[in-house]
Amino acid sequence: MSEKERPSKAERMKMPRQPMPEQDPGERARNFKEVPYGYSPETAMLEASRCLECKKPTCMEGCPVGIDIPSFVNLVAEGDFRGAVRKIKETNMLPAICGRVCPQETQCEAKCLLGKKSDPLAIGRLERFCADWERASGQVELPDIKPATGKKVAVVGAGPAGLTVAIDCARAGHHVEIFEALHKPGGVLSYGIPEFRLPKAIVGAEVKNAENMGVQIHYNYVIGKTDTLDELLEDFDAVFLGTGAGLPLFLHIPGENFIGVFSANEYLTRSNLMKAYDFPNYDTPIPRGGCVAVVGGGNVAMDSARTALRLGAEKVMLVYRRSRNEMPARAEEVHHAEEEGVDFHLLTNPKRVIGNEKGWVTGLECIKMELGEPDASGRRRPIPIQGSEFEMAVNTVVIAIGNSPNPLVPQTTPDLKVSKWGNILADEATGRTSKRGVFAGGDIVTGAATVILAMGAGRNAAASINEYLETGEW
Amino acid sequence: MHEIVKASKIGPDVFHFEVIAPKIARKRKAGQFVVLRINETGERIPLTIAGADPGQGTITLVFQVVGKTTAALSALKEGDSIQDIAGPLGKPTHIDNFGTTICVGGGIGIAPLYPIAQALKNAGNRVLTVLGARTKDLFIMEEQMRRVSHEVRICTDDGSYGTKGLVTNVLDEWIKELDNKVDFVMAIGPPIMMKFVAKTTLPYGIKTLVSLNSIMVDGTGMCGCCRVSVGGETKFVCVDGPEFDAHKVDFELLMQRLQAYKEQENQAMEIWRSNHEIPA
Ligand SMILES: Cc1cc2nc3c(=O)[nH]c(=O)nc-3n(C[C@H](O)[C@H](O)[C@H](O)COP(=O)(O)OP(=O)(O)OC[C@H]3O[C@@H](n4cnc5c(N)ncnc54)[C@H](O)[C@@H]3O)c2cc1C
Ligand code: SF4
Ligand code: FES
Repeated sequence: MSEKERPSKAERMKMPRQPMPEQDPGERARNFKEVPYGYSPETAMLEASRCLECKKPTCMEGCPVGIDIPSFVNLVAEGDFRGAVRKIKETNMLPAICGRVCPQETQCEAKCLLGKKSDPLAIGRLERFCADWERASGQVELPDIKPATGKKVAVVGAGPAGLTVAIDCARAGHHVEIFEALHKPGGVLSYGIPEFRLPKAIVGAEVKNAENMGVQIHYNYVIGKTDTLDELLEDFDAVFLGTGAGLPLFLHIPGENFIGVFSANEYLTRSNLMKAYDFPNYDTPIPRGGCVAVVGGGNVAMDSARTALRLGAEKVMLVYRRSRNEMPARAEEVHHAEEEGVDFHLLTNPKRVIGNEKGWVTGLECIKMELGEPDASGRRRPIPIQGSEFEMAVNTVVIAIGNSPNPLVPQTTPDLKVSKWGNILADEATGRTSKRGVFAGGDIVTGAATVILAMGAGRNAAASINEYLETGEW
Repeated sequence: MHEIVKASKIGPDVFHFEVIAPKIARKRKAGQFVVLRINETGERIPLTIAGADPGQGTITLVFQVVGKTTAALSALKEGDSIQDIAGPLGKPTHIDNFGTTICVGGGIGIAPLYPIAQALKNAGNRVLTVLGARTKDLFIMEEQMRRVSHEVRICTDDGSYGTKGLVTNVLDEWIKELDNKVDFVMAIGPPIMMKFVAKTTLPYGIKTLVSLNSIMVDGTGMCGCCRVSVGGETKFVCVDGPEFDAHKVDFELLMQRLQAYKEQENQAMEIWRSNHEIPA
């Protein structure tokens, strides 16, 4: 489609946002295959041609890494997919992942002018299309790598923050080694986000690209245990800490240690990383069937609830103490969860887990809530309605109320400054910490956030590492 | 990949492996453990490091066959490899010259007790050891324990070796014999044994530590699967432990939580047994 053939601006305003074909809800709620199939080239070009080509595009402001959205979209509209991927990869090395998991409705797509009159341009879907097209073409282009500098960078944690730093530092010609505590790379992308939302083959392909650029990965290597940060500094010129927010929070209500109460981290790790959904072909067990209550309203809660359905639960209840408007999950995830049959109990808060004499969960006592004045986060504070307690009969309870920073590295590095919540203190623009040669970014600094913010932090830190290695100035 | 350089059977269903893991061999301290995964489809299980040879770059793992994973592990031979080993995990035992210490080991618990007794002796403690098992054939590592103890007393449930009775009887008598001049007790064994050791030492007010063996996944504090209640507070065994004040541990909860996957474990074991055997 050449520029001239594109519909007029007025026509574009009337074109509907192209839906992405997806598995039927009834069927997909019982399998672990990815839900949407993605755009075909024709649909992608049609969707891209809706772009109004604004003189002053605002969508880019909405993207935390500032992808040149109008340019890549235009290339898609022209059918130049290779060019579009190159454009995206100038700023985002992991588009197949971001296109799938970014909360587009509050980022790039929230700023799209089309959204004022009708539906915003499907930027995330287009990004995903480009990345998938490149992978399917079998010719994934690696960025140019500068001549070797002889400098060594250690990256702790193979999540999105760490992987981004590794790629960007390798590009600059540095020798990069990643140290990862688990036996697989990806961080939350592997152990947290389920296969049906982010196929692990995609994470694997992105990691392979990093390895093809010369990045070495050491698995089962826990910094703070196998080696301390100070020991790494003896061998490396700079260290990046991207250890994430891996410490699960519990509700601290009675009965939380009954058998059948899980942190979302445990539940999802068993299913995703350890493939318990394929027990006994894989050895890790997980409870199947029965009634499951999931506590929380974010992506983690949606992933847990939808995993429970796929593990054969008869009934899955989502218990969230605020209303739908306050749910932090991606809109698409809430929509998918509802379509698949997750039963939403909004304005409801758990009070106590009930168990039998053998220690197994049998129920969850909850109380109804109403919304009061806005709190510090700007969201209306939920207040319990006295006397509204009721009991849900469940055999499994999954607590998905958030995670706090992983303490292993700070605990063993006394001169690394942390906040009172345990987040590593690092400069937002440069990722520099209180310790010379040590940088940090992603969830370990910000607290549990998003993939794209972790990547953005990684990008900034890498630029600053590259500068530090060149100038030696701290 | 971690090659098994030595594999032997040291008791009924109890195996002793030396495995290549140079970094862990150099780093590990008494009381720490590893989390391992045999192969791509395997689960992650914790095993205490029973010893290490930094020169050879090997660690010693002693385990009893209790389920599919340990059964599959036992079937590995010298020259075979374990896919993943992460460690050393958990806090090392706090070793000091306490004075007179009694180390209590029950069954397979003697293996993780060994490096601790060794460290306590090296730190100048008078190390007295009580070892117990159901019956004579089940004793492991007695010789090694003798080498790191000033005195060893032995008991069996059926009286086939040493005194007839439980470790707690022997422990109680010994404390009395020493006129309550015992500064520290370290106990590792089945949860029920540790529970009763705690009960035995409580009236004497002797500081007592136990090493807990809860179910784990990551072993780095990420999942909370290993949680226990200590003094009314929830703790993660993998990062806050594995050792805790015996007088504060809720052993009932620990024992209940260890049952969480019994059904699946039995199922997996049956499937494994249908075409494998535990080595003789
Ligand atoms: C279930 C779930 C669903 C989510 N869904 C979305 C979504 O849809 N969209 C979105 O944008 N965000 C989502 N998020 C949030 C997003 O995944 C995180 O913000 C992001 O992964 C943070 O990246 P990171 O690199 O900082 O840390 P992580 O991804 O947490 O990676 C940290 C890595 O460091 C390793 N590590 C930790 N400590 C050590 C150590 N001491 N030594 C060595 N390695 C160590 C960990 O094993 C891990 O691999 C979700 C999170 C969860 C849990
Ligand atoms: S990276 Fe995320 S925010 Fe940026 S354009 Fe892509 S989907 Fe939008
Ligand atoms: S095993 Fe996961 S937190 Fe301890």
